[in-house]
Amino acid sequence: MTDTTARPRPRRSLATRIPLFAQVRSSIGLQRGMLVAGLVITGVFVITAIFAPLLAPYGFAQLRADGTPFGAQEAPNAEHLLGTTVGGYDVLSRVIWGAQTAILTIVVSVILSIFAGIFLGLVSGYIGGWLDRVLVVVCDAIYAFPSLLLAIVMSIVISGGQSNLFGGILAASISITVVFIPQYFRVIRAETVRIKSEAYVESAKVIGTRAPRIVFRHVLRNATRSLPLLLTLNSSEALLTLAGLGFLGFGIEPSAAAEWGYDLNKSLSDVTSGIWWTSLFPGLAIVLAVLGITLLGESLNDLADPRLRGRRAALDTGAPAPDNGAAPHGSAASGQAVVADDRATTNDEERVS
Amino acid sequence: MSAVPTDIQGDEPDIVSIVDLRVTFATDAGAVRAVDGVSIAVRPREIVAIVGESGSGKSVTAKSILGLVPATATSSGSILLRSRDRSRTTDIVGAGSGTLRSLRGEDVAMVFQEPSTALNPVYTVGWQIAEGIRAHGSTSRAEAKKQAIDILRRVGIPDPETRVNYYPHQFSGGQKQRVVIAMALVLNPGLIVADEPTTALDVTVQAEILDLLRRLRDEFDTAIVLITHNMGVVADLADRVVVMYQGKVVEEADSRTLFASPQADYTKQLLAAVPHIGQGEARAAVRTQERLERASSTTPVVAARDLVIEYPGRLGRGGFRAVNGVSFEIKEGEVLGLVGESGSGKTTIGRAIAGLSKVTGGSLNVLGREMLGIKERSFRSARVDIGFVFQDPASSFNPLLTIAECVAEPLVVHGRATDARDARAQVDELLEAVQLPRAFGDRYPHELSGGQRQRASLARSIALRPKLLIADEPTSALDVSVQARVLELFTELQREFGFASLFISHDLAVVDMLADRIAVLYKGELVEEGTGAQVLGSPSHPYTQRLLASLPVPDPAEQETRREALHRLQAVDG
Repeated sequence: MTDTTARPRPRRSLATRIPLFAQVRSSIGLQRGMLVAGLVITGVFVITAIFAPLLAPYGFAQLRADGTPFGAQEAPNAEHLLGTTVGGYDVLSRVIWGAQTAILTIVVSVILSIFAGIFLGLVSGYIGGWLDRVLVVVCDAIYAFPSLLLAIVMSIVISGGQSNLFGGILAASISITVVFIPQYFRVIRAETVRIKSEAYVESAKVIGTRAPRIVFRHVLRNATRSLPLLLTLNSSEALLTLAGLGFLGFGIEPSAAAEWGYDLNKSLSDVTSGIWWTSLFPGLAIVLAVLGITLLGESLNDLADPRLRGRRAALDTGAPAPDNGAAPHGSAASGQAVVADDRATTNDEERVS
Repeated sequence: MSAVPTDIQGDEPDIVSIVDLRVTFATDAGAVRAVDGVSIAVRPREIVAIVGESGSGKSVTAKSILGLVPATATSSGSILLRSRDRSRTTDIVGAGSGTLRSLRGEDVAMVFQEPSTALNPVYTVGWQIAEGIRAHGSTSRAEAKKQAIDILRRVGIPDPETRVNYYPHQFSGGQKQRVVIAMALVLNPGLIVADEPTTALDVTVQAEILDLLRRLRDEFDTAIVLITHNMGVVADLADRVVVMYQGKVVEEADSRTLFASPQADYTKQLLAAVPHIGQGEARAAVRTQERLERASSTTPVVAARDLVIEYPGRLGRGGFRAVNGVSFEIKEGEVLGLVGESGSGKTTIGRAIAGLSKVTGGSLNVLGREMLGIKERSFRSARVDIGFVFQDPASSFNPLLTIAECVAEPLVVHGRATDARDARAQVDELLEAVQLPRAFGDRYPHELSGGQRQRASLARSIALRPKLLIADEPTSALDVSVQARVLELFTELQREFGFASLFISHDLAVVDMLADRIAVLYKGELVEEGTGAQVLGSPSHPYTQRLLASLPVPDPAEQETRREALHRLQAVDG
């Protein structure tokens, strides 16, 4: 039995076990650039949100310092690095505080939608039958509504259109949730239907495993592969919906929280009168935050798929082929990727790497 | 490796000569050398077989002749390809994509393993053949179609004038492979690379395709590089054999010499591992004797009476009857081998016994429970006594659980242990029983080789000491040498644990090694049943006779006589 000799399992080094770090290491070229750019922008976004109270020179609803009002539509100066708005708020402070509102909305909406979406997707995909059909039709129906319209309706229902910080965030989050649940539902359901016919689910069935155990132990963990990508894409969409709501006037009162969409809305009239700083910076904040998260999601998706992942060309050094067990970066996942890759690449050799 | 390159026989230069080919793949785990200094030469009108187990580099070597290596691969060495009229010689390694494009089809063509995926389902086969013609020179549409009809006739497609306008799904598997071969032949290349051309086909169809490939050499003067792991196919077809192992050529000899007196140790092992018909008879007799002495009761574990299994059809169409009136019995401690080609219903029967497919008619009694109309709830308690080994060991394990957790699943589910850690002692025993080191329990399925995974799969299936084990083609995804060890292990386990077993396979030789009795299925019906000696020694049904005659044996001389016998049989049928 030559193939049964025990080989010590290569322990993964700490560096390769930290999420994202391994991806940065394994990527090359443009993909690495995209990933790093996404990581940096998203990192700055998150740090800004967490340390907003320390970073912002003033409060988000602050109109005066030491008893003197800021003054409206002040051009950028030493006191107000990015100027002030028509309402007399400090632009820089509101952009920084706005990051906090944005993150909160993303977190709440994703948490609200992900559990419901995954659960419904699992149940619908595994059980099938009429339940599956009804749920799919309902989700299709929700797709038919423009998401912003739904969001407006939800925000009116929840808070009468105008609201404080948590009312506003909740309104935006719940309205986004309604649109997102079908997305998670769809992805998880499709994966569940695929995994349901895999041999390991059948082998669980033939040993007499009950359905809940099959669903949660065998199907769920294997169905969540594409979630990180969906998560990042949904995060950016949540952010855009929040900004859209604010822009349309269904957002959060300026005295309750800073919100980029609201500020953009209020700066509309400024644009024609040559006051650029009130619209430029909130707009830039929205663009950068969405760009960062999308770049992160896209590059993670590319790197997770061995067919899309670029690699350095192999150098034929004349050295003997390394044994798989003693591979240089022998991470546990790499063996699988190699096999999958060999199979995949033979079919698309036209692909540009 | 410093063999062969410029060996010129007579005045005919080699059609292709590979010299010191090295192919390295860039992977996540660093560079992997798939082909390491391989030198092979193919003369005109010669069939060279490259054999070896999966991962030996045989496919990469052959595909390199067409420049079909993935973008992640780096090649060095040289592959000199001559055109049929010897007017040009090209070095494939380093040739640009334009050069390669003009060579492919004209000088060298490829026949793929799986004909149903090699053909585009939305175009007619005539269009697909014509596409190759029109890609190489300006031929009119009508002229191209005429050539397509002609080539279809020559590869043995009946009524080619009509069928040239058929879509791939209107052909059977064997005919599809003929169409693929026609596509390769249409530009009259001097060399055809055939990558496992018969692996996806049934034995009886395989024999026909092998005949066609032999005719290619005789009628079209084409040289063939045949990649295969089936030693029977090699013996049937090849003039010369190259044995590869871990990217290197370990032996090269003409076919008869290789089978008669293999030199390299690896070749000897490989040949010894190939199952032969007739090996099992003596063993089966001993086993049956032992079992008769042991047997206390005669109640069958499984009894089928006029079993019917239908798959529901689409709306407005009738269902598909996969199993039609089959009756058989499996007694306690007995191994029943179920043989048949794809679509014969053998897997369906196995799944029905395990409660995975619904029985729609007749009667199927499993461990005292009637399966017709049974509910999962009432069958669950019986599952303790049923083990199941799946065909593909790679997909039958949850990739996110360790081997120990997977093997512990049955114990946990049936309350013999609270969790995987609690079951670990039992799991270790089971792993030992299937000859896997205990440390393998901590590994994930993808970290094991195919054979190791299938052993772990056996361990899982016997975890509950079942009375019945259903094995659905457990070795068909494995290499020959690994298959031999897994079959040996199966026999040992069966002796030790004494379970009854339904062993499903398409390979008569494998079933012969294991089974006490053999049942032959053909188009959903049981055409023959009996002991190995009865069924294989003197088959009574014409299908069994044809099946037996179609099976290529790993001995060129014997295979030649068998081939003639098969032709006589076919002549009688036709």
